[in-house]
Amino acid sequence: MANPSSIYDEMNSAEGTVRSHYAGYQKWLAETPPERIAQKRAEADLVFHRVGITFAVYGEESGKERLIPFDIVPRIIPAQEWKQLAAGLRQRVKALNMFLNDVYHDQEIIKAGHVPAEQILSNSQYRPEMQGVDVPGGIYAHIAGVDVVRAGAGEFYVLEDNLRVPSGVSYMLEDRRMMMRLFPELFSRYRVAPVEHYPDMLLTNLRAVAPAGVIDPTVVVLTPGAYNSAYFEHAFLAQQMGVELVEGQDLFVRDEHLYMRTTQGPQRVDVIYRRIDDDFLDPLAFRPDSMLGVPGLLQVYRDGHVTLANAIGTGVADDKSIYPYVPDMIRFYLGEEPLLNNVPTFMCRKPDDLAYVLSHLDELVVKETHGAGGYGMLIGPRATKEEIERFRQLIIDTPDRYIAQPTLALSACPTFVDAGIAPRHIDLRPFVLSGKDINMVPGGLTRVALREGSLVVNSSQGGGTKDTWILEV
Amino acid sequence: MLSRTADHLYWMARYIERAENVARMLDVNYRMSMVPQAEGGIDAGWGATLSITGLEDAFRAKHSAATMESVLEFMVFDGTNSSSIMSCLRMARENAHAVRGTITSEMWETTNDTWLKMRDYPRWKLAGSEIGEFFEWVKFRSHLSRGVTLGTMLRDEAFHFIRLGTFLERADATARFIDVKYHMLVDGAAPPDTAADYYQWSALLRSVSAFEVYRKVYRDLITPVKVAELLILNDQMPRSLRTSMVEVFENLNALSNYRSSETERRAGELQASLKFGRIEDVFARGLHEYLTQFIVRVIDLGNRVSEDFLVPMSSN
Repeated sequence: MANPSSIYDEMNSAEGTVRSHYAGYQKWLAETPPERIAQKRAEADLVFHRVGITFAVYGEESGKERLIPFDIVPRIIPAQEWKQLAAGLRQRVKALNMFLNDVYHDQEIIKAGHVPAEQILSNSQYRPEMQGVDVPGGIYAHIAGVDVVRAGAGEFYVLEDNLRVPSGVSYMLEDRRMMMRLFPELFSRYRVAPVEHYPDMLLTNLRAVAPAGVIDPTVVVLTPGAYNSAYFEHAFLAQQMGVELVEGQDLFVRDEHLYMRTTQGPQRVDVIYRRIDDDFLDPLAFRPDSMLGVPGLLQVYRDGHVTLANAIGTGVADDKSIYPYVPDMIRFYLGEEPLLNNVPTFMCRKPDDLAYVLSHLDELVVKETHGAGGYGMLIGPRATKEEIERFRQLIIDTPDRYIAQPTLALSACPTFVDAGIAPRHIDLRPFVLSGKDINMVPGGLTRVALREGSLVVNSSQGGGTKDTWILEV
Repeated sequence: MLSRTADHLYWMARYIERAENVARMLDVNYRMSMVPQAEGGIDAGWGATLSITGLEDAFRAKHSAATMESVLEFMVFDGTNSSSIMSCLRMARENAHAVRGTITSEMWETTNDTWLKMRDYPRWKLAGSEIGEFFEWVKFRSHLSRGVTLGTMLRDEAFHFIRLGTFLERADATARFIDVKYHMLVDGAAPPDTAADYYQWSALLRSVSAFEVYRKVYRDLITPVKVAELLILNDQMPRSLRTSMVEVFENLNALSNYRSSETERRAGELQASLKFGRIEDVFARGLHEYLTQFIVRVIDLGNRVSEDFLVPMSSN
């Protein structure tokens, strides 16, 4: 754990002065009576509950849905800083898509010796079914949610590249809507870049990757159903784009094409924005017990008669065991130096790294290579002796399954907590869309770890969200 | 529209209407139980309530005798009984939840709120005199839901599937209401023209909010033939079989697809028979036979609607 005094505070400088891009907010905060703020915070809770912006928690009784805590202090990023960040994100996502295209075609990066073949081919996220399959525009990760943290001024690190079914964008949009509703006066003081056009941008991107020859493509959102934790987001995006929200049972394959069952008969589907994992997409090809998918979908997809966004097999590029190679990918495919930092990563499958990790467990963060959601993780400096010993044994048993990284000094942002306003650690998930071009709305979802000192921002583990302001100056 | 979406909308509406009708049915029995009547008459009334819904067997498996307490427990709170008010409101909410992107936010919030309140409704209130208040509450939640539909929904397919569900359910319920009262009066021990008879018919009218309506339409004593005429053939009475079938027919026409022509024809035929029917003929044929036949035809329409529009169609 980094020394608290070295933690970068988004609002206040180490000298105790307010950073210039927060000055206006700070002034507003000082002028606004605390009762009014308290009342607005209560109003936000009420509205989120009534509208039902909630997420279901697995294992809890149906009908019980939790609210993701929303914090009213915005995370503000100056224009210049965002410009650099955005350029880095474009570069990274472009290289990741080129990597996926390469992995499923000629595998030049393996031949050139930059990534060991077994790291890719024996990865459980590698899908041999995709080998040699051409996808429109060579785009695999149409929607990427890249998790970025700040360590210091202008110093951003990518924590992970979520290229499968990244979620959270509905909170980005709802948080903005809520801030504008609660504090319209703030938006006249600041020129905040808009994000509301995200659904339009997403739809444009999805239509741009329709199968060749389809003039007016039909796009759908595929959800596992109303009991999925992110169902609110699926319904929200379908509604905002004006497309159908379908489940697997609504779709069927006939004559090498995909159709949905409508009240007016079968209707062709051209592009699926799917929010179901690869394993569940097609019971004939993947998990036979899946009730969520569509029998025969893979074949229609391989024949190029329907586009899946994201493509099947993108997990091979966002796996934590592939993550350390991303800077090399950028150099290899683009001939450029990476603009965003990677966190130095020890791969336990390498004997030297393993030895180092085992002797420094109390300083490192250990992660499962396939893990997500902040589960299966050891934060060394905060762990008990028992937890460390348990992980030591796990790592020795299956070193391939673990990587380790030094603990980063995540930046913190002032946040409302029981005792008033205090700094809490944050990250940022911008959503990068790839179609004909690479697009993103300025900003992303800022997640905040509400417990003091905690570095885990995941909503399933008590994280909250903040509105993210990219200033237009 | 997706067939599954249409299915959810249709059943959401049916379950809301069903909850209302169960409340109406229980309410009228509760009122009747306060009227002096022959030995065993009160419990017979509660038993008849079960026979309307076809739930006698399920009830007997749990309760030995049909008393007010046992029937209310079974028909209001029992979550294992799919026709209880609790189950209907839960199913309405679950169907709405699955299509919350298709209905208006007011519609969703109304249905969700009804379920949340029902789930937490204090049970002790049903033991005492506040039971009438509960039935009123269920009815008003249903009124609210219909009002929100009419006041906020675009008149598109979604709207027509909701309305279709509402009126098919209502046609079925009203027919059963008439049938069960007729049964009790004709097969019962009470001789005709007694005070009990009057209360039975007036209770039937009240159960479909038609007591004042009857006075307005007929300005006359309450007679079985006129009550039947009002509830079956009257085209201005919002819960009559005729009004319900006109709505079913019109909404079906608006939804018409490449395979629904036979369903539309059957709905039209039934609607026309109500439009041109005479109450004398209904009684000449036998009211019970007439209603039984009507219910069979409504069930057939429901099945056909499912096949034509709602059930995921086979891929060939």
